[in-house]
Amino acid sequence: MSDAFQAQGLVKRFGKTVALDGIDLSVRTGEVHGFLGPNGAGKTTTIRILLGLLRADAGTVRLLDGDPWRDITRLHKRLAYVPGDVSLWPRLSGGETIDLLGRLRGGLDPARKAELLDRFQLDPRKKGRAYSKGNRQKVALVAAFASDVELFILDEPTSGLDPLMSEVFNQCVSEVRREGRTVLLASHILGEVEKLCDRVSIIRSGRIVETGSLSELRHLTRTTIQARLGRPAAGLGELPGTHNVTVDGDRISLQVDPDALPEVLRRLGEHDARELVSQPPTLEELFLRHYDVGPHRSGEKVGAR
Amino acid sequence: MSELVGTWRLARLALRRDRIGLPVWVLLAISLAAGPAGSLADAYATAEKQREYAEGVGSNPAAAVFSGPSIGVDHLGGIVVKESAVWVLLLVAITSIMLVTRYTRSEEESGRAELVTAAAVGRHARLAAALLVVGVADLLIGLGAAAGLMGAGLSGAGSLAYGLGVTMVGWVFAAVAAVTAQLVEAARTANGIALAVFGATFLLRGIADSASVANDGTGGTRQLAWLSPTGWFYQLRPYAGERWWVLGLAVVVGAALTGVAVALSRRRDIGAGLLAARLGPPDAKPGLATPLALAWRLQRGGLIAWAAGVAVGGAVLGSLAHDITDMVGDNATAAKAIRQLGGADVLVDSYLVWVLRILGLAAAAYAVSAVLRLRSEESGLRAEPVLAAAVTRTRYALSHVLVAVAGVVVLLLTAGLVVGLVHGARSGDVGGELPRMLGAALVQLPAALLPAALAAALFGLLPGATLVAWLFVGAILLIAQLGPVLELNQWVMDVSPFTHLPRLPGGDVTAMPLVWLGALVLLLGAAGLATFRRRDLDTA
Repeated sequence: MSDAFQAQGLVKRFGKTVALDGIDLSVRTGEVHGFLGPNGAGKTTTIRILLGLLRADAGTVRLLDGDPWRDITRLHKRLAYVPGDVSLWPRLSGGETIDLLGRLRGGLDPARKAELLDRFQLDPRKKGRAYSKGNRQKVALVAAFASDVELFILDEPTSGLDPLMSEVFNQCVSEVRREGRTVLLASHILGEVEKLCDRVSIIRSGRIVETGSLSELRHLTRTTIQARLGRPAAGLGELPGTHNVTVDGDRISLQVDPDALPEVLRRLGEHDARELVSQPPTLEELFLRHYDVGPHRSGEKVGAR
Repeated sequence: MSELVGTWRLARLALRRDRIGLPVWVLLAISLAAGPAGSLADAYATAEKQREYAEGVGSNPAAAVFSGPSIGVDHLGGIVVKESAVWVLLLVAITSIMLVTRYTRSEEESGRAELVTAAAVGRHARLAAALLVVGVADLLIGLGAAAGLMGAGLSGAGSLAYGLGVTMVGWVFAAVAAVTAQLVEAARTANGIALAVFGATFLLRGIADSASVANDGTGGTRQLAWLSPTGWFYQLRPYAGERWWVLGLAVVVGAALTGVAVALSRRRDIGAGLLAARLGPPDAKPGLATPLALAWRLQRGGLIAWAAGVAVGGAVLGSLAHDITDMVGDNATAAKAIRQLGGADVLVDSYLVWVLRILGLAAAAYAVSAVLRLRSEESGLRAEPVLAAAVTRTRYALSHVLVAVAGVVVLLLTAGLVVGLVHGARSGDVGGELPRMLGAALVQLPAALLPAALAAALFGLLPGATLVAWLFVGAILLIAQLGPVLELNQWVMDVSPFTHLPRLPGGDVTAMPLVWLGALVLLLGAAGLATFRRRDLDTA
């Protein structure tokens, strides 16, 4: 499978601050790629480099089939961008802004625009300054999704949207994925990423600390198991690969590393398990593991949270 | 008084936000008032020199349009008022307006006000804090100016009248801005209306004062000055038998305007204006598809306002040209003063050179503001979506630069057309004057573009330092107005690109200065475009 874009060893400094410290990131054509990280981790900086708005100090970037710093016109016709902080021209109406942004990137579909305005319940006649934050976001989203492009670069696109509108956004992403287009979705909302993304990259303090499909990443973390046992749970806690074991009468709850799961399940069976609840690792746990400094990372400096 | 709860804290917030800008403004205004007093005292040390001034600059109706009436200009105090006050008044009035808008309407527009009002803050606290901060700053300027003028050896009462007169003008326009901030939703528009009020009353005073000088202090037109707050400053008569009660007039008007602002703010919701914002079209016109179309759309309103200002100014100043010889009469000193300003041999031509120079300077200021739109679009995050579309840096920057260049041409054409028509009609020779004035206006093009070219170069190279372009415009304006009067060094005069232009109408045309000014403009502009293409987008 080809890559919609690929970055290797991306470094960006602002004065003394190191914003990006060797980012390696690749997004495959046709996938929805979650780009997860807290504010200040370097998501927006990475995106701005991809868009040729900033120039990397070191490293290489390929965007579609070109160089994002040089081939601006050719590449930008094929992508749509929704910034995290949408700022509109105060005197232009929302509809004018949508048309303008669409045309600047090479045209947009009026029928699709009308449909999206309806779905996002956006009044296109209001002037830019009259929109609330959520509505400014909708203007940028309609302008993006009404464009016929291969790649969508969305920087925290649902900030300011209410849950109903977030759902509309989710549908839009699903639709463009079905049409085989690529989406880079930067976010710190885990539920959103979990619901929409095929693969995820987690950025922390200017580095990618984890990347892969959700199922791949789940292998990296622990399954939570709760059980009611027929016999005392003696010795279960000493098994290698188990963590946070708590025993309360005949109830036990523990977390299990992927490798240790078969052995733990066998031992639970031996202890006459009567009830068993098993929870797959959530992205949230994965995320927290990288930020909330689990025991295995306590020595490391923690990035901005 | 619960409606004022939090005023003190909001005022401290404003001081914290502008902890550099406010002191710089106060000191700049004080030094503009007191600074020239010393060199003027040297230049006009003797009674004879002072009489010369009174007969020269003091009897020049054209100079009075800008510099105010000639009250007591046969003494040093009057000369200081005439030479320095208008600059202080311009700075204090305009800054007072913009600061009040900044602390009130801009806060509402950005949504920050909501954050603040939701806390324990009274309904009128924001307005009160804005007026408090600006009012105290105006008072400091007034007292500082008075102290500085006294320090330069001028009389105490006159200096105090000068200083408090400045304070009073600041207060009145702060109150005007307090009213306009209630009217409309956009801070830009609120500022625009308040500045238009200032401009209109300033022009009214100019017409009145010009008449007062021409008619030797009699005539009905000069009473129009009483309709203008800047006129009140001169009617306070610093150093010429102070009329202190004029201060009371300003206080009453300021208080009444503040009352109006408070009453208006009771009738509206936060964030809303009294004049409802109109809806726009749901679709863009087919033409709104390029960066150039966008730049034009963003800037056309401003250009129309500038063109209207140039047309009005050109009509007023141009209509005086035909009478200038009669007005000056056989006063050789006054004639010399006008010739110094314009630099042509024929008196009328010399006056017209000066008129077109002022209008050319306005065009230069417009061009800087038009080019620096690039910077405000960039730091306002509105350049980002355009540059993330299929638009190169160069094409984006060129769009605003083209609007600026076309705007300068339009403004110079307007100036030449209006002055040519008005002066031609009055002198009965439209066919002869119109082409002469059009040519004389357009010959200024390279000089009028130079500050904008500097702005473009700064935008590319040092986007944080674009203010320098405005300082350049300010320097050119000061050199044009004060240079000949203070007989500044030639190298100082040479800083202004306008110094190098042929003196048209009337003078000889030499191509060389136009060529190298044009080359400099192109060089700076190209440097700006080339460096913008290579730098990071700076959204800080």
